[in-house]
Amino acid sequence: MCLAIPSKIVELRGPGLAVADTLGTTRLVSLDLLEEPPSVGDYVIIHVGYAIQRLDPKDALETMDLFLDLLGTDDDA
Amino acid sequence: MTPRGDTASFLNALRDPKRAKRLLGAIKELTAEPVAIMEVCGGHTRTIVRYGLEQLLPKEISFLHGPGCPVCVTPRERVDMAVALAQKRGLVLATLGDMLRVPGSSGSLLQARASGCDIRVVYSPLDVLALAKQNPKKTVVFFAIGFETTAPTTAALLERCLMEGIQNVKVLVNHVLVAPAIEALLKEDGSRIDAFIAPGHVCTITGTAPFEPLASSYQKPFVVSGFEPWDILLGLHNLLGMIANKETGVKIAYTRAVLPQGNPKALSFIERFFDVRESFRWRGLGNIPKSALRLKHEFSAFDAEKAYAGVFSSDSKPDPEACLCGEVLKGNAKPSECGLFGQACTPQDPVGACMVSSEGACGIYFRYKGRVPA
Repeated sequence: MCLAIPSKIVELRGPGLAVADTLGTTRLVSLDLLEEPPSVGDYVIIHVGYAIQRLDPKDALETMDLFLDLLGTDDDA
Repeated sequence: MTPRGDTASFLNALRDPKRAKRLLGAIKELTAEPVAIMEVCGGHTRTIVRYGLEQLLPKEISFLHGPGCPVCVTPRERVDMAVALAQKRGLVLATLGDMLRVPGSSGSLLQARASGCDIRVVYSPLDVLALAKQNPKKTVVFFAIGFETTAPTTAALLERCLMEGIQNVKVLVNHVLVAPAIEALLKEDGSRIDAFIAPGHVCTITGTAPFEPLASSYQKPFVVSGFEPWDILLGLHNLLGMIANKETGVKIAYTRAVLPQGNPKALSFIERFFDVRESFRWRGLGNIPKSALRLKHEFSAFDAEKAYAGVFSSDSKPDPEACLCGEVLKGNAKPSECGLFGQACTPQDPVGACMVSSEGACGIYFRYKGRVPA
């Protein structure tokens, strides 16, 4: 039920609907639960066909590697 | 880059053995005393087992699998209610696929469908809207299950029905709340749980608020985690840090998807359509006060429980005694400790709900056997 793969909005279809791409599979999703409507190109988390949050994979990746740098563990460990 | 490329490289990083090893090294440094950590959500259990994380971690760390599988905790009498509804003429019962095989007192929805009942598998409440439009002369009843993540989607469906004037949709509401179930576990005598990996997507909706009072009353650390191997290890690293510092409270490791305040719009949908039941029976956990939602009185027109009150019987059979689902859901038993596991109970022919769902601990152990610690 909890599909955690980020999906990309590829087309907006009013009212409150969009087409989202999850690893190459596209499907119609509802935007009714999002505070602000996303734009084409934004990433969202989808739960049973509803976008429940926007997210930024690029930003998340940077946070992840920053955290590893702070840990100071060796790359080859 | 194509969208596929973007997402795939992101997922690769979250599943990257090199990055995981560096985090594992830091986890080992933080590990001192034996610690029992409950991952509440079935999605977490699946990641832990699928990637064999428990075998990679210091032996002091053990996971207790929690009750966060919505299919698993929906009790037999609610399945019986759905079967009774499906047997009504002129009615279409819409359900998520996982509920089809859950055994009821007199068979599952799958068996009801084989005997001619009109039962449709939907992927989303959005499909219910389409079904209602395609079948204007029939009533479409949605068998709604799930935690706080799913409740707002059911509410959004009803909002659309109101906006579009669709009158042939009703809902059998079985939405449950995570925090009261966790509290029930913490209140059990001899609870062994030291810390919690809190459910990622429930907290996407609710934020940390439902877990704050538990953390402070029971003096436990909670860390909200995502669903990839990196996310679980990061959550664990945060928890071990909190344990070492004797900290309690709720922290968010899944920052890409969870804000402390959650998703206010989704919460307002829950608030508008539902109120909290006095009590609800969970499979395995029994009756838990204020642990589930029902439709507010003003939305009774949508409420299948009220509209069809006459068709429900009150003589549901108890779960088979040999089935350990209840103990598995409380984290007291591993699936492999059940005498039925993999023999009398398999995903094809399940005895208990925990074997049915892709988020049920028994189904996960069955699917990934060989990756489960001996």
